[in-house]
Amino acid sequence: MTSLLSMNRRNFLRTSAAGALVGAVPGLLSSRAFAQSALTVGFIYVGPKDDYGYNQSHAEGAAAVKKLAGVTVVEEENVPETVDVQKTMESMINLDGAALLFPTSFGYFDPHMLAMAAKYPEVQFRHCGGLWQAGKHPANTGSYFGYIFQGQYLNGVAAGYATKSKKIGFVAAKPIPQVLQNINAFLLGARSVDPAITCQVIFTGEWSLAVKEAEATNALIDQGADVITCHVDSPKVVVETASGRGAFVCGYHANQSPLAPAKYLTGAEWAWGNVYSDFVKKAQAGEKLGNFVRGGLKDGFVKMSPLGPGVSDESRKKFEATLAQMMAGSFSVFKGALKDNKGNVVITADKSYAEDAIELESMSYLVEGVVGSTA
Amino acid sequence: MTAEIDDRTLSIPAERQALLRPALEWLARKAEPVAITLGAILAGTALFSLFILSVGKSPADLYRFMYTGGFGSWFSIQNSLSRASPLLLTALCVALPARLGLVIIGGEGAVVLGGVAAAAIALPIVGLLPPIVTLLLMALAAMVIGGIWIGLSGFLRHYRGVNETISSLLLAYIAIALMNQFVEGPLRDPASLNKPSTKPLPHDYMLGNIPGMDVHWGLVIGIVACILSWILIEMTSYGFAARIAGGNVRAAQIQGLPVGRLIAGFTAIAGSFAGLAGMIEVAAVQGSANASLAAGYGYTGILVAFLARHNPLAIIPVAILLGGIDASGGLIQRRMGLPDATVLVLQGTLFIVILFCETFYGRFKIFNPDLWKRSA
Repeated sequence: MTSLLSMNRRNFLRTSAAGALVGAVPGLLSSRAFAQSALTVGFIYVGPKDDYGYNQSHAEGAAAVKKLAGVTVVEEENVPETVDVQKTMESMINLDGAALLFPTSFGYFDPHMLAMAAKYPEVQFRHCGGLWQAGKHPANTGSYFGYIFQGQYLNGVAAGYATKSKKIGFVAAKPIPQVLQNINAFLLGARSVDPAITCQVIFTGEWSLAVKEAEATNALIDQGADVITCHVDSPKVVVETASGRGAFVCGYHANQSPLAPAKYLTGAEWAWGNVYSDFVKKAQAGEKLGNFVRGGLKDGFVKMSPLGPGVSDESRKKFEATLAQMMAGSFSVFKGALKDNKGNVVITADKSYAEDAIELESMSYLVEGVVGSTA
Repeated sequence: MTAEIDDRTLSIPAERQALLRPALEWLARKAEPVAITLGAILAGTALFSLFILSVGKSPADLYRFMYTGGFGSWFSIQNSLSRASPLLLTALCVALPARLGLVIIGGEGAVVLGGVAAAAIALPIVGLLPPIVTLLLMALAAMVIGGIWIGLSGFLRHYRGVNETISSLLLAYIAIALMNQFVEGPLRDPASLNKPSTKPLPHDYMLGNIPGMDVHWGLVIGIVACILSWILIEMTSYGFAARIAGGNVRAAQIQGLPVGRLIAGFTAIAGSFAGLAGMIEVAAVQGSANASLAAGYGYTGILVAFLARHNPLAIIPVAILLGGIDASGGLIQRRMGLPDATVLVLQGTLFIVILFCETFYGRFKIFNPDLWKRSA
């Protein structure tokens, strides 16, 4: 009986699908660009737009673009790094007439964005990350990214003054260069206040895994850490868990102070509104868009959350002085002599790397003072 | 002679009636699930319309955009088909064991391990063997590992009494952890700094698109797998034995059916299809194995299989329908400013209403010829 019934359902569903196909014919005639005069810009996010993290920072950037004249913004959230994102890009191009696309997740680049860029050479694609290489990747694609580890260094300064146990904690997603830069910068910032401070790191292994993030935060606090920061897609769970346990928190990606007003020291935030507005204005003026755009605090790619009530006057002074040096371009976060946490010298005493140094791009170590392992 | 002819002449109306009656009965029986499902979908969309009204948007707009985004143009149809193709195989991973009475929900694990196995076996042989042989070996490796992974749940079920639903889900978590371990460790391409991946397949080793379409060969493979599975279940003695065991395990054992081997075999076949889905993700879409393999296809497959009532052929249209709903989700977000969760609410509403409407089977006289008044 079961089999008979499901056979029939199959027929029904097939019929309805066929009906849809027949009905589709008039749709074939509808054409693509409906927005010749106004520029349509597409933003694609891997998670929810209101995640208090990575995706929210980009959605805030898109919101800034919406305020510009003559621009239509189309957005799609929760798009996985599969053929889905290719189809989303194509749908934005075919159905919305998008001429400039910002697929914001790191994993959208290869092969998804590259495939679409080859198929639609008249559309401009700019991707968040540092993957674009001249000569290797098409001219209608490009990368933009920011040196946010500068912000994590400043987080570390605030943490260094706030910690009483001299132990601070970091909840990290994966041991990849971008994350390692942030962990190391956070510890170095704290050690600029007190060289006795150590930072325990826990890797969750995933970009977004709320349960493990909460467990990691609790474990760090159980081991004595009293200031916590993180590098995961959505810091919401870490911030709420840590502040709920009475620890101070430093934010990441976006401003999380509404989640923990009393315990939020400061945070390293993206300032994508500047970056996106710049791209869009150039596109409107018919200028060539940059293929490889990067910047830090002084370039307006990264900003700091306003200092919270837990920040002392002494801390504020040092924070502002360091920030001023970074804004002037005269501050190196990574400079010798620097050892990793296994005792090997990783930066010799005669070296000092500016934030855009190529050597930092392949960072594979945790510096002395970080308790944890990359493998 | 004459008498015989007369007899025949006289019996024609009766024969006609006898022909018409089975046809009507057949039609009535066939119409029942069609009408009930259609009614369920109408009721579900009506409920969902109330939800859309409650958030202050127009249901008419919503359904117009769903049609445009899912099936309204050749591009939209291809979009829906692309999204449907992995679901065909992952739904089979649920449907085949379900015919034996097993609820396997860990297909995701077989997908990611299949992808890793395919990428791993391709690494040493790319360049040595022609693309077609490489692809076949990749598919074989993925199917073997996927078969072992889900087969393990079936094995544990029969021989150790472990609940297969829980064990398959837990094995999926282990599989994802193993994938991360391999992709970030021994199989990592050193050039993949910030997104650990295996070394990418060269372009000419990739599984291409179906000629004339912007949909990869995975769609065809999935449809063929559905048809083969239907033949296996409906037309072979193995399938018959599996259905008996699914109906009543003890009765099957009393009949001397090899229930243990059937369970292990069917779960292994199911897992091999999910593993194949992972291989196709690597060979047709991603080009390498990485964390993007865990995109949730294994879990969406559960929904597809249940909506198709575990009939392999019904999986094909259901997967396309869900692919279409998924494809239109983007347009709904963009044009109506509704969150992504809107589509999930629709899917959930349809799912619940269709399951609820199962209770209507056999309740309508019009669909039940046995209750019809005997005609003269």
